[in-house]
Amino acid sequence: MAAKRDLLRFITCGSVDDGKSTLIGRLLHDCGLIFEDTYSNLRTDSQRHGTSGDALDFALLLDGLEAERQQGITIDVAYRFFATPQRSFIVADTPGHEQYTRNMATGASTASLAIILVDATKGLLPQSRRHSIICSLLGIRHIVLAINKMDLVGFDAARFGAIVAEYRHFAEALGFQDITAIPISARRGDNIASLSNNTPWYRGPYLLAHSEAVDVAADQADKPFRFPVQWVNRPNASFRGFAGIVASGRIAAGDAIMLAVTGAQSRVARIVTAAGDLAEAVAGQAVTLTLADEIDIARGDMLVAPSARPETADQFAADMLWMGQEALLPGRDYLLRIGHAWTTARVTSLRHRLDVTTREHKAARQLEMNDIGLCHLASLQPLSFDPYAENRATGAFILVDRFTHETVAAGMIRHGLRRATNIHRAAFSIDKTARSERYGQRPVLLWFTGLSGSGKSTIANLVEQALFAAGRPCYSLDGDNLRHGLCRDLGFTAADRVENIRRAGEVAKLFLDAGLIVLASFISPFRAERQMLRELIGAEDFLEIHVDASLETCMARDPKGLYAKAKAGLIPNFTGISSPYEAPENPNIHLKTGDFTAEACAEQVLQALRVKGIAC
Amino acid sequence: MSAKQRLTPHLARLESEAIGILREGACAFRRPVLLYSIGKDSSVLLHLALKAFYPGTPPFPLLHIDTTWKFREMISFRDATAKRHGLELLVHTNQEGLSRGINPITSGSGLHTQVMKTEALRQALDQYGFDAAFGGARRDEEKSRAKERVFSFRGPGHVWEPRLQRPELWSLFNTRIHPGESMRIFPLSNWTEYDVWDYIAAENIPVVPLYFAAPRPVVRRSGGWIMVDDERLPLEAGETPETRMVRFRTLGCYPLSGAIESMAATLPDIITEMRAARRSEREGRLIDHDGEASMERKKREGYF
Repeated sequence: MAAKRDLLRFITCGSVDDGKSTLIGRLLHDCGLIFEDTYSNLRTDSQRHGTSGDALDFALLLDGLEAERQQGITIDVAYRFFATPQRSFIVADTPGHEQYTRNMATGASTASLAIILVDATKGLLPQSRRHSIICSLLGIRHIVLAINKMDLVGFDAARFGAIVAEYRHFAEALGFQDITAIPISARRGDNIASLSNNTPWYRGPYLLAHSEAVDVAADQADKPFRFPVQWVNRPNASFRGFAGIVASGRIAAGDAIMLAVTGAQSRVARIVTAAGDLAEAVAGQAVTLTLADEIDIARGDMLVAPSARPETADQFAADMLWMGQEALLPGRDYLLRIGHAWTTARVTSLRHRLDVTTREHKAARQLEMNDIGLCHLASLQPLSFDPYAENRATGAFILVDRFTHETVAAGMIRHGLRRATNIHRAAFSIDKTARSERYGQRPVLLWFTGLSGSGKSTIANLVEQALFAAGRPCYSLDGDNLRHGLCRDLGFTAADRVENIRRAGEVAKLFLDAGLIVLASFISPFRAERQMLRELIGAEDFLEIHVDASLETCMARDPKGLYAKAKAGLIPNFTGISSPYEAPENPNIHLKTGDFTAEACAEQVLQALRVKGIAC
Repeated sequence: MSAKQRLTPHLARLESEAIGILREGACAFRRPVLLYSIGKDSSVLLHLALKAFYPGTPPFPLLHIDTTWKFREMISFRDATAKRHGLELLVHTNQEGLSRGINPITSGSGLHTQVMKTEALRQALDQYGFDAAFGGARRDEEKSRAKERVFSFRGPGHVWEPRLQRPELWSLFNTRIHPGESMRIFPLSNWTEYDVWDYIAAENIPVVPLYFAAPRPVVRRSGGWIMVDDERLPLEAGETPETRMVRFRTLGCYPLSGAIESMAATLPDIITEMRAARRSEREGRLIDHDGEASMERKKREGYF
């Protein structure tokens, strides 16, 4: 048992001014971990920024960033370390403000216990509920409900009892294993490192005693064996080992293992570490495995127990906490990391947004920063995973923006979706190559992007006429025309624009497959979607053509009178006016329609096609 | 490997976590480097790197930013260590700073650190094209470090923007960067000073002898003992070096590193002394006292 109780990672949460940082400062102080020189700095700081009058303001020990000290709030997660003879602790002090919810989730992702602080003078606040729901979602099962500032309510047992009863009622549905309520005063030290004389009516443990004793025995070791391969170690021709940290379960030399995605099997030959081979390794240990057979295994693969395989799917349902500055757009591609595997994934549908105060499910078309929602996702490659509720180590993923590389979402997988499993592609004898040879041309997609009024359709029309006259099978797809039929249900929000382009791309792909040269004229304002098209079609067959005219030129032309309407506020989300246009950085062809005639621009496109040996 | 004691569950967990981080940095980046500053934390970091890639060797070189003011014992320890492990050691000094005569005594600790450490580090990273650098910094050292990520993103020019740090969930590190950007990686983020010494003792890791108490020539300055390591330290009027039993809790440029009086001459002595200590380890570092938020400012500019 002693071996299991090595370390407790916990998080403090609650609303602003509930006293989170003060509590941690108090814990460090009462454990004798504040050094004399830190004290002298704290005295100076307390007088300058403090909110405790002449007393020491422990919060200043933790709010380490200049912006935090100036504003007197916690912005980012701070990690603190302390130990008693019974246990080591890592505490994540996390922000209370709603706009920093993502940082709170960051702290919660590695914690096994949460201290929810409630100000006794205020009672439960929306943030108390919000944070409890996030803790539950991120898999925390042990809660300490610390009712703080009891000194300000005269250590009133009835007040304490009422808040605790309300919380227990609220938390019933959250699946916590235990909730321990403690009346405290973080500033004065009541019931923190010893039982307080001010609460003779309280029969429970003081905070530190409970933290030392609470059994969070991470049962990762008792779950099925999971080993995400981090690195293939090949120092010489005679050694090939798979390095990683055992995510769950245990493994012994001689045990059977399976490559999760393909089902290929082998046995563990050796468990290698620098300190010598091990007979057995358990969850949390960094080891290098060698196998009895040569099977093709790479970084990102997962080795598992053959008797308990994880799910493998390329479509799955997951709870997601959105953390990006820009909203989540269903249909857009993001980088996805699970274990050591990176792939591309998109949200295929947003089932609902969770109201984290009431737990209600709300309909939504996108998720804003700090929103939580249930999503269906599709990944480029099949992934192996366990439901997050069963295994935090193999059920969690992050999404990363492909352009800014910002970490935009934290995801927790619920289950795989079977929809795609039973739909197999039918193979036909006449393929793209056969058609291409018949027509004697290389099918390519000419993608015209630019502001409304820049001349996309005009130039595409001229190019198509020239191709048609030369006997080339070709076809024009036009944004406005598609919106009368296939895309009739879509509007002009960012989310709908993404879906519009996705559909246009799929249609273009079918025409290419039919052997045609396709000319597509779409504003397509976002770089991410044009990149998605490039990957969908293949860079070889995708020509991005920037039809470039300044906004002033387009507004002066205004062939459809749209700019006038948009400026009058009659058209929301109009590109260039109230919605952004992200110009291509390296278009294949750059047409400056402000400086040249449509005919000259069309000739420039045809010339480029000739150079590439494509047509005319 | 020498015969070692069994690690406590707590240290074993920290060790595995750090090994995972080292491997991740080596896999995810084109050209990583290990910042080797010769101190106890670097000794632990190097030891972990040797373990992480066993039976292979670490797939990255060591880099030491030499201000030319390090203790002589540090330099000899550095060279012996690299040689013993057969590792590539790169040493970089800001030659331009040197020719401008920047030094820790007359230039002041602020300017010296800026030019000979921060700028020198940026020069070296650019010169060799390193896109990731491992460092031995710990979150328990200092307040702004407590908020830094394990994989800490640096924009063009190696700038750290504390308000735009990437959220770091579970151990799913976001290692994606563009050309011109880089990553600082801190495998010892979750270690404390206690953990470092306990691990050094358990694993029998060699450290610079300056950490152990010995009679050394020192002068008293701003409440600390400064060692007269060579003739470059100008003595003030009435100042004569005296021999005291002292040791160092952290090591840097010798005119900026304050020693403490101590009788702790062995690892167990040091650990006992530390557990009774009432003053933090960075106290001996004069560069941290330049201003209330001085570490955060230095880090924004690219200091490690």
